[in-house]
Amino acid sequence: MQKIEAVIQPSKLDAVKDALVEIGVSGITILEARGHGRQKGHTEFYRGREYSVDLLPKVKLELVVSDEMLEAAIQAIITTARTGTIGDGKIFVSKIDEAIRIRNDERGEIAL
Amino acid sequence: MLFGMTCSMALAQTAATSQTDRIAVLEKQASDNATAIAAAQTAGDNGWMLVSAALVLMMSGPGLALFYGGLVRKKNILGTMMQTFAMMAVITVLWGLVTYSLAFGTGNAFIGGLHNAFLHGVGLMPDKDYAATIPLQTFMVYQLMFAIITPALITGAFAERMKFSAMLVFMVLWAFIVYSPMAHMVWGKGGFLNAALGGRFPCLDFAGGTVVHVTSGVSALVTALYLGKRLGYPKVPMPPHSVVLSFIGACLLWVGWFGFNAGSALGAGPLATSAFVATHFAAAAAAIGWGAAEWLRQGKVSALGAISGAVAGLVGITPAAGFVTPMSALWIGLIVGVCCYLMVVKVKAAFGYDDSLDAFGVHGAGGTIGAILTGVFANSAINPIFGAGKATGLLEGNGHQVLNQLVGIAIAWTVSIVGTLIILFVVDKVIGLRVSEEDEREGLDLSQHGEEGYDWAH
Repeated sequence: MQKIEAVIQPSKLDAVKDALVEIGVSGITILEARGHGRQKGHTEFYRGREYSVDLLPKVKLELVVSDEMLEAAIQAIITTARTGTIGDGKIFVSKIDEAIRIRNDERGEIAL
Repeated sequence: MLFGMTCSMALAQTAATSQTDRIAVLEKQASDNATAIAAAQTAGDNGWMLVSAALVLMMSGPGLALFYGGLVRKKNILGTMMQTFAMMAVITVLWGLVTYSLAFGTGNAFIGGLHNAFLHGVGLMPDKDYAATIPLQTFMVYQLMFAIITPALITGAFAERMKFSAMLVFMVLWAFIVYSPMAHMVWGKGGFLNAALGGRFPCLDFAGGTVVHVTSGVSALVTALYLGKRLGYPKVPMPPHSVVLSFIGACLLWVGWFGFNAGSALGAGPLATSAFVATHFAAAAAAIGWGAAEWLRQGKVSALGAISGAVAGLVGITPAAGFVTPMSALWIGLIVGVCCYLMVVKVKAAFGYDDSLDAFGVHGAGGTIGAILTGVFANSAINPIFGAGKATGLLEGNGHQVLNQLVGIAIAWTVSIVGTLIILFVVDKVIGLRVSEEDEREGLDLSQHGEEGYDWAH
């Protein structure tokens, strides 16, 4: 099992979610997030005063998928979340040792 | 023949009697009509004035509270909104008890007396001098709405750092020491600056350029300087937490301002229309003025800039609203919009004072410039206040009026500076003005009111 953490543009959330459901991803967790990558945010002006905003609004997706589904899920996120401009986000993948369904103690991939 | 004469005399008599009756009937009809017309006029005027009073209160309640509330950081939104709301309660009670009497009661050239304290004599009959067609109580409650929003405007300068208790005491004293004398001088019977009711220096102030905006703006600057800057200003970023709220607030201010300015005609006649149109045109031109200045300097027009410009234009046209043509209103709006932009962006930065929400930059500066421009653009065709055909403003040939306006402005600045300094000194010594550093970091919502505007956890 693999965990995918993807930080994406908030405007792309619906498209990414739909694409993941379409390939058979069953569970997904969404978090509202703020952050920046290499470009370090942008500047805003309020009544002539300049503020640099380096924590931009983002959405973070967390999902755990089977090893076989990993590539398809990554591709689904990449193709739907990409705008080609700075700030499109990142995907992190890590290994998951165990998954347990609280309702009935199911363990492993069946619990996903 | 005799019969004929008698007959014709009788006929003549009958004719004479019936003619007298007819005249009596016609006279009665005319009198009834006049009474009906007068009643209709009174009802129409009173209807408009009650609506206007409500519109001006709307400028405080949702309007200013949202405008200012959006401009502060989110930990201070309730504290900021409460400062305006508290004025709606406190100033109202004070007005009924005594400050209405001090502002509009009979007195000397500088302050009214106590004859109308507790609203004694303020009934449902009109006062011929103030407004002949509406109940005096309507006039009283309409003027009250001005007395509420004026101190509320000051709160923009000391936002995010003043104790709620100190703010309340400050405002009560301010209503006595600054507002009531200024309102009496400009609008009260026999007031020193009253142009319509026997003032020594006829200063034109249709809806409160000097009484409302100069006094609040200048007092705001004095308070901001006395209190000092917010912790971290200007190094810590303090951008508005919701321009959306400010946007709604500013639009409510724009709408409410029709009651503020057109209502100042004190009736529903053509002068109200003229003031309404001038108000709208000036706000639009000022939004464009501020926006254009921003566009030139930053390459973009911001929403906050556009709404700030509109508010500045509304401030600028306030003293002039009932004296100028729509085209003059466009000029006033444009000039004030650009000037206030420069005040807020350039002058404030150059001097480094922390007028948190630009109460001085918009109201002090906009009110002062508007008051001067009133003396320039005032037109006797719109409002022959000095008599039919007599020149009113500079462009009509009465250059002296600009001088009168400057006298009014000088008095308003002086009363505001001296009065506010005295109040600040006293309140500071007695209960202290500023919240503790800890409270300021925590925000006014929690430290002053024990609640939060936004509960992110639920």
